[in-house]
Amino acid sequence: MRLADLLQFNSRLLLRQWFRTLMILLATGVGVCAVLLLTGLGEGARRFVLDEFSLLGNDVLIVLPGRKETTGGLPPLTGEGTRDLTLEDALAVSRLPGVQAVAPLVVGLTMVNSGGRQRELMVVGTSAQFFTIRGLQLQSGLGLPVMPLDQVAPVAIIGTEVRQELLSEGPVLGAWLRAGGYRLRVQGLLQEEGVSLGTDMRKAVLIPVASAMQLFDTQGLFRLFVQVQNPDLIPQVRERIEQLIQARHGGELDITLVTQDAVLGVFNKILNLLTLSVAFIAGISLIVAGILIMNITLISVSQRTKEIGLLKALGAADKEIHWLFLSEAILLALLGSLLGVVVGYLVLWIAHTLWPLFPVAVPFWALSGAVGVALGVAVLFAWLPASRAARLPPVQALRGDLQNAQR
Amino acid sequence: MIRLEQLCKQYRLGGETVTALDQFTLEVSAGEYLSVMGPSGSGKSTLMNMLGLLDRPDSGEYWLNNTAMSTLSEEARAAQRNSQIGFVFQAYHLIDRLTARENIELPLVLKGEAPGQRRPQVQALLERLGLDRHADHLPHQLSGGQRQRVAIARAVIRKPALLLADEPTGNLDSHSGSEVIALLEGLNQEGITLLVVTHDQAMGERARRRLWMRDGQLISDSAGADHAAG
Repeated sequence: MRLADLLQFNSRLLLRQWFRTLMILLATGVGVCAVLLLTGLGEGARRFVLDEFSLLGNDVLIVLPGRKETTGGLPPLTGEGTRDLTLEDALAVSRLPGVQAVAPLVVGLTMVNSGGRQRELMVVGTSAQFFTIRGLQLQSGLGLPVMPLDQVAPVAIIGTEVRQELLSEGPVLGAWLRAGGYRLRVQGLLQEEGVSLGTDMRKAVLIPVASAMQLFDTQGLFRLFVQVQNPDLIPQVRERIEQLIQARHGGELDITLVTQDAVLGVFNKILNLLTLSVAFIAGISLIVAGILIMNITLISVSQRTKEIGLLKALGAADKEIHWLFLSEAILLALLGSLLGVVVGYLVLWIAHTLWPLFPVAVPFWALSGAVGVALGVAVLFAWLPASRAARLPPVQALRGDLQNAQR
Repeated sequence: MIRLEQLCKQYRLGGETVTALDQFTLEVSAGEYLSVMGPSGSGKSTLMNMLGLLDRPDSGEYWLNNTAMSTLSEEARAAQRNSQIGFVFQAYHLIDRLTARENIELPLVLKGEAPGQRRPQVQALLERLGLDRHADHLPHQLSGGQRQRVAIARAVIRKPALLLADEPTGNLDSHSGSEVIALLEGLNQEGITLLVVTHDQAMGERARRRLWMRDGQLISDSAGADHAAG
């Protein structure tokens, strides 16, 4: 039997029993769709996190206060340490050979108001170099002033949402804000940007680091970004920073140095594992669809016993009958997969349209794996009923006598 | 063309062994027109199943065109059924989701012929059997006589050497039955060996060679009688 004839024969059957066909297509489709959606979200989360950390570039070291003693876990991202990482430390690091720029970071929430409007916002204390290191772009105005790290200045750069919330009327540049008793003059507006390194830059107010330390009354930095002159220098600069801080901190090495690659490696591992796990869980629904295909094929064989007998009488060999039922299951799995893929991508596309910053993406292994498992399961589960059909003796099959036809 | 030698077939039925064919021996020449008659359970259908390669004997040998059928694999027997043997059943056995045309071309489809080769053969048969107006009708849209004509067309589309008809008029009114008989006899006159299994005495009597069976044995063969008479 030619493939085109087989397809036509099967599609006529599937159309004739459209309700049954629809149920199987739905079962397979839901399974494939679930795999695509879950892996799409998992992969999206992975890419999102990786993109966030990739923003730093591979020539940046992050210095965190506190020491990570054990290996394998995440570094102390919260910035908790026994001894503060100070502005003086940052200044000392900036003078090390191989260091291009440093950007200290002090972060805190505080009430910010302007012209009677008030809102609790994230205030980020940093330096002019932070803009280069983080690749922040300005919509208008100027960045933070280039000046010594320990110098205060009553200036602020604000995110787009801050502008909408507090300064929707009148010009932005030159407007005054009040943050925790300090007056700040807006001298720059950031470009529309999403959440970055856990900070939503649209809702952030950037001020000089020394000003932020005064505002939050702290001596310790949240973290310190160090940009090296070129990525090859990372190991040397790392060692120099460790030696310097150890010397400055009374012989105790109480900082953790993280490179982008290390952070990416850990997140990549965790999120890949997460994506695999959800894909596996979703894959279970494909097994359920396979069992449904087996039951349907068994019913099909018993309903079509006479037809099997007839086809054998007309010259169909056992293997052709086997292939006929197997191909019906494969066709169902293929169409079901196609339905699942179309719906899955459609939902992901809608999600991407609604949340453009979240990079939903189905990894190729998930797509091919879901379709592959759907097909494999269909073949596996339809094999038994199909070979049962193939082995039916023609005489009994023609009589529709399934009971006595088993041999 | 056909030679059956000492063919035996037994079935287990409700704990009892039933002998369906008992040392059955028969020779049929190409182009013969035979009827097989006998009471229910006499072994007529078993004989047809053996001749049609739908079943295997317990012992004995079946020679078709000088080939011993017992030596053939299941696949080779299927190929023989496709090319050498046509079946006409009392219940038509048409596939209800396929049109008349598609039912007729099934043996060609199973053979793997391309649509371009199939179409003229099917069309010629449709016209010859007066079915061209019903070519695209589904079986349930056809009368009993039309359905049986479709079944006959399907049986002869591969130009088989042997046409086996099991009660071909059993479900038909007398008019349709006569048409079907005339059609089968016409095909026989063109050279196809025709074997009709029937309860219908009148139909059986029309055959040039008439076989009577009882308890799995051939009790009378008009050819033998003719020989005896001759």
